[in-house]
Amino acid sequence: MKAKPRSLLGIEPLDSRQILEILALAKRMNPTRPRTTLRGRRIALLFYENSTRTRTSFEIAAKSLGASTVVIHATTASIEKGESLKDTGRTLQSIVDAIVIRHPSSGAPVLLSRLIDIPIVNAGDGMHAHPSQALLDAFTILNHKKSLKGLKIVTIGDIFHSRVARSDAHLFSKLGARVVFCGPDVLLPDSALELAPGVEIVRDMDEAIHGADVVMMLRVQQERLSGMQINVDEYIRRYQLTAAKLKLAKKDAIVMHPGPMIRGMEMTDEVADCPQSVVLEQVLNGVKVRMAILTTLLGGKR
Amino acid sequence: MSTILLQGGHLIDPAKGFDRPADVVLRDGYVEEIAEPGKAKATADETLDVRGLVVAPGFVDLHVHLREPGQTHKESIATGTAAAAAGGFASVCAMPNTRPINDSPAVTRWMRDEERGAVVNVFPVAAATVGSLGEKLSDYRGLKRAGAVAISDDGRPILDDHVMREALALAAKVGLPVIQHAEDTKLSRGNPMNEGATSFKLGLRGQPSASEWQMVERDIRLASQEGGRLHVAHVSTAKSLEMVRLGRASHVNVTAEVTPHHFLFTEESCSDYDTRYKMNPPLRTAADRDAMLAGLIDGTIDAIATDHAPHALFEKEVEFDKAAFGITGLEIALAATITALHHTGKISLTRVVELLSTNPAKIVGLAGRGTLAEGSVADVTIFDPEKRWTYEVAQTLSRSRNCPYGGMQFYGKVRATIVSGKIVFTEL
Repeated sequence: MKAKPRSLLGIEPLDSRQILEILALAKRMNPTRPRTTLRGRRIALLFYENSTRTRTSFEIAAKSLGASTVVIHATTASIEKGESLKDTGRTLQSIVDAIVIRHPSSGAPVLLSRLIDIPIVNAGDGMHAHPSQALLDAFTILNHKKSLKGLKIVTIGDIFHSRVARSDAHLFSKLGARVVFCGPDVLLPDSALELAPGVEIVRDMDEAIHGADVVMMLRVQQERLSGMQINVDEYIRRYQLTAAKLKLAKKDAIVMHPGPMIRGMEMTDEVADCPQSVVLEQVLNGVKVRMAILTTLLGGKR
Repeated sequence: MSTILLQGGHLIDPAKGFDRPADVVLRDGYVEEIAEPGKAKATADETLDVRGLVVAPGFVDLHVHLREPGQTHKESIATGTAAAAAGGFASVCAMPNTRPINDSPAVTRWMRDEERGAVVNVFPVAAATVGSLGEKLSDYRGLKRAGAVAISDDGRPILDDHVMREALALAAKVGLPVIQHAEDTKLSRGNPMNEGATSFKLGLRGQPSASEWQMVERDIRLASQEGGRLHVAHVSTAKSLEMVRLGRASHVNVTAEVTPHHFLFTEESCSDYDTRYKMNPPLRTAADRDAMLAGLIDGTIDAIATDHAPHALFEKEVEFDKAAFGITGLEIALAATITALHHTGKISLTRVVELLSTNPAKIVGLAGRGTLAEGSVADVTIFDPEKRWTYEVAQTLSRSRNCPYGGMQFYGKVRATIVSGKIVFTEL
């Protein structure tokens, strides 16, 4: 039987050793010093959803490794004419070596990996997973902390709609951190507790943030609310990260945000630009981590 | 016509309290004689050796989608009924969500026309409201005359209290049961799976259990006021069964069916985004699944129905949230029932036959069916309760293959199906 090509569909199937290997490799990556690891390889960036950060990041990562890339936007492709994911995937399979896919439907990359035989990299699917973001978040934390073991990592806001929160929770849990979720009922159902071992729910923000090593803020995904009612003033009052609230965390706590960030909503300008904020560092690390991911999946013998 | 002698079998006819070896003589489409083994008086043109097999009244499936008229790329009346025959169903009740919707005597008659090539009896369930739009009642009297055995808007449940009251009242007057697919679609919102820990993990939106049981609760309340017969289709939550029990305790005329998939599987089967496990109502929690088994054992559930819902590959091999709801199931209903409930010692074969034939025939009022009493219609299902086999979906007689049962091992296999004295499926 032909061995299944390696894909990155989510964090769940990885063990801590595999995660740490990717992170260690990312440390050696530098987009300003291009490599030739993937010279001659063609990577399709198949985007069914708009994205600036992730798409650019993958594209630069691929090019920094010597690969050529082609970006396909659902709105400008045959997809808009009604082509199925299966047919788009099969078409691409015959001309590229790997597909990086962003899709609004949870599980779409899993489906694609069942239908075709080239490596698939999940660049975010619906509310399900965003494994490259979780890896870069862990990488960023490790730039500031010795290890994730025993850290209190609090994620605040719209957990329900967040694929980042889900992938982060799996990864942080595998590396031994305490994962604390904080948000209102509608954006954080109790069923989130069963997501991964070590997940806790704390509804009160002050209590959640108290003694935290990492504070991860999430955007309220207005576009995915689909009828849920959020009172913005109330939300800001209860869940916005202000300088005063940040004082409740550990002195050396870092503030993270997967972006795009809405200033004045989930955090104040003051916090967004404070020295504890590592938001821009996350973006730079994103390229390194994605270089490591592509090298891990595609870098072996052809 | 001809005479068939079923020789050496074990007759199970719950309606008559039979559970013993007997020979059965079928003549001209009716049951002529039930005799002690070897003692039949009538002479037969054809003798079937059914030693070691169970002879039961023909199975009745209260809930199938034959897709004709209008969607023959999924199924046709001919192919769907062929699959039904292979599953031991001598009669199927065909849901009205065809194209056009079966809300008229003309469509009902068209479905029953000989030219459709049905292999087993097709009893249409007609739409409760015009176009299944939930507004204006359809012509129940005319529909009944044309051959409809129940009314239902199935996948487009009647949400409006007033319309549901009217439907119950008129159906009661005409003498038809109202079958409700209990789902408050304002709560469930077309979401692709059950709401809970699994849907959260998968990042899929869920249908809360309340979207079903609250509707069951409402329907029972309305039925208690209006009278009439309410039949709850494909129950899937423990709480819905609780409502059915409460309704019965206050003497509401309510019956309920469950599908094999709801007593076999749980929401965790969706974990790999496998659309073969996407159906409506969705697979629920393990506690709900266990409640279905308990309801089948204690009698709360009256019937097993397949909700056979064929779809083409292109409608299923897509993103989970975009895939069509529903799976096929006609060919494994008996096997699933025996494997999960009889082989495990939970229910007797008499109860199996009650769930697949006696009770469903009674629910839709099929006179002379659901029993093998002398003089009744010669619809017979012959099965081997011990036979171990593997279901091969590639061998299906249905036009579609959207089911998760492929490769599954079962106990209990249909060996022959007879409809009005005619053998329509045989492996004897």
